[in-house]
Amino acid sequence: MYKLLLCWRYLRTRYIALVCIVSVMLGVATMVVVNAVMAGFCNEMKIRLNGMLGDLVVESNSLDGAPDAESAMQLIRQVTGDDVVGMSPTVTVPALMYIDVRGQSLTRQILLVGIDDATYAETGSFGDYLQHPANREQLSFELRDGDYDVYDHQAAGDPDAKPRDAMREAGWVHRRMVAAAKAAQRTAIERMNRARASLATAPGADPAAGSDSPASIIAANPSGIAVSNPFEAMDPEEAQGRDFDPAIDVHTGMVVGLGVCSFRDAAGYDRYYAVPGDDVKVAFTKASMPPEILSDNYTIVDLYESKMQEYDSNMVFVPLRKLQESRGMIDPTTGIARFGAIHMKVAPGVDAEALRDRLQEVFPIEQFSVSTWRDKQGPLLAAVQMETAVLNVLLFMIVAVAGFGILAIFFMIVVEKTRDIGILKSLGASASGVMGIFLTYGLSLGTVGAGVGVVIGLTFTHYINEIADGLSWLTGQPVFDPSVYYFYKIPTIINPLTIVCIALGAIAIAVAASVLPALRAARLHPVRALRYE
Amino acid sequence: MSEIHSDLSATSGGDLALTAPITPRRSTAPHNRLAPHGAATVLPSVLGCRNLLKSYQKGSLEIPVLQGIDLDVRQGEFLAIVGQSGSGKSTLLHLLGTLDRPDAGEVYFNGRRIDNLSASVHDELRNRGFGMIFQAYHLLPELTTLANVLAPALVAESTLGYWRRRREYRQRARDLLDLVGLGHRLKHKPRELSGGEMQRAAIARALLMQPRVLLADEPTGNLDRSTGESIMRTLVELNRRDGLTIVMVTHDPWIAQQADRTVQLVEGRIAAP
Repeated sequence: MYKLLLCWRYLRTRYIALVCIVSVMLGVATMVVVNAVMAGFCNEMKIRLNGMLGDLVVESNSLDGAPDAESAMQLIRQVTGDDVVGMSPTVTVPALMYIDVRGQSLTRQILLVGIDDATYAETGSFGDYLQHPANREQLSFELRDGDYDVYDHQAAGDPDAKPRDAMREAGWVHRRMVAAAKAAQRTAIERMNRARASLATAPGADPAAGSDSPASIIAANPSGIAVSNPFEAMDPEEAQGRDFDPAIDVHTGMVVGLGVCSFRDAAGYDRYYAVPGDDVKVAFTKASMPPEILSDNYTIVDLYESKMQEYDSNMVFVPLRKLQESRGMIDPTTGIARFGAIHMKVAPGVDAEALRDRLQEVFPIEQFSVSTWRDKQGPLLAAVQMETAVLNVLLFMIVAVAGFGILAIFFMIVVEKTRDIGILKSLGASASGVMGIFLTYGLSLGTVGAGVGVVIGLTFTHYINEIADGLSWLTGQPVFDPSVYYFYKIPTIINPLTIVCIALGAIAIAVAASVLPALRAARLHPVRALRYE
Repeated sequence: MSEIHSDLSATSGGDLALTAPITPRRSTAPHNRLAPHGAATVLPSVLGCRNLLKSYQKGSLEIPVLQGIDLDVRQGEFLAIVGQSGSGKSTLLHLLGTLDRPDAGEVYFNGRRIDNLSASVHDELRNRGFGMIFQAYHLLPELTTLANVLAPALVAESTLGYWRRRREYRQRARDLLDLVGLGHRLKHKPRELSGGEMQRAAIARALLMQPRVLLADEPTGNLDRSTGESIMRTLVELNRRDGLTIVMVTHDPWIAQQADRTVQLVEGRIAAP
């Protein structure tokens, strides 16, 4: 009984004990917050990785692919039965993409993926990342009229999400505007050339005028244009010779990663090199020996944003059949097409690793590699897990430092209370009883520190975005910059087990740190303790 | 351990109200406990020692403190041990009160040898067998006067046990504080009390568990003469009226005069009377 009473009195009157509580509390709160944020990030990353990669994939080891997706899928169905709920063949080839930006060609290194628009969305969450609402329902490689998302649909109405003004007119509207502008530009150049030609032939012309801009030429010589209207004369002739009108026709559709054709500026706005409706050129190798470079035109029909930089700035999706044809992967005699990989979606609750091993048995390892999304992103996931573990070890050091603080402060209290310990012993308190006072004291400090730390940590985690905003406002610099992380909110996940472990660990450290001082107190000789001045 | 304890209760006479075990019935009638004690002439030795030796190590030097002490304290006796500083009187008291162990020799309590018993038996003896008061009072500074007096009960009982009997203990502590004249200062901390008041509180604390013997180490050493006299009056009254056995150590011959019997220590030996 006296243990509890004295503990309580010491806790209330020794303000230095508050230092111990605060240090334990800070350590615990930091660990709670860091674990919540790391778990949030990790989870977000896993969702996106899994969404882009699918659950399981059978890949041909050759860039040229392996023949016959149909029979391969049939084999998979035989082996896996109902465990696989969705399948889609793909072809992947590294490529270069040329985007026309203000008359200059911007080159991007990309991974061109041929997908089956009917089935590909079933194997992952690729469909969810598209920017046109109708494409999210069912992917189509046809250019839409408009209505592309202006606000990121994944931001769920977050006030931080900046409007993407370039997307307002994306689609056919944009395409027609670009086509009209190009036509007008061409006409202007044509006019200039004609005017220049007429000036060169006109006698007594001012030679200096030849180097002027077309506009000034036109303005300076209004009569020359009025006489011969070159536009009217040329139009029917041009229409006859043109087989592709960008205002009416499109190339094959293509879905481009947001990062391939845009960048985010310092203010957090997305700037676009190209939007749906624009045409791009793509160069890649044919599936033949010797390799041959092929260039093809595509029209961007949609963008996708998985918020995984690695995918968003690399992968570009085109119709499977078209890519197979361009690369010469279809056997002209049999019509059998070669495929690069088959992506699979596994039924919920099925062990993808076991399925992988079963599939690898039927697909020869020399030709095909079967892997889960975890296998493919193993190093990344391992790195994140390692990071979490290292952070936890480092932060636990903080709690351990707090433990040493408790040790030092308790030694001081034992010295200070030597006479009281003597008094208690003269009243019949046992050695274990005296030890109990200090162990209970350590336990109370640990419990209070851990308890308050958990509450503070949870509160901090709950308001982490508001706190980040507040800090940004205070420092004038974005603490959590969406242009770096592609998230508008800091993702957090609170795992009750982690919190219990952190709290118990902190309490254990506090108790362990009080063992030595408690032992010292217990071993004090009553007479010497009573005489202690 | 329990044997010793049962001996303790068995020898507690019904007339020795202060040493009787606590019962609700008794605690409700505090004033009856101060019944006058008859002039007992022949009483058994309650505390004693045989050929007690103790020395202290100071560096490589061994300093003998007690060099063969034989002593018997009779039931109901007020014994004063006098001697100069360093004569070993406090050490003798500590050995009698099991605060320390002798190098050689035996200590008897209630006719049983106790110096060789385990630490836990010593703890229980200090809690219930002896009450101790000291020159420096030794109250716990964090606790109020009442809580200080209750401290031995807090030490003796488990949390639940104390909770069950808290009314009895509190009543008894209040009665004891009334007895020593501190009934009005229950809520004060030791630092708010005068020296005399602190020593009275210490006496009340020593009596809470109804000890057989009160061991007093220079109880008036830190007090002025008149306060010291008042403390002595209380001790004498406890001895005369309640038959409390008291062993007191003092260097002051005038204080020692008030005891029934005086033993003089000279250089660790009992001087011939």
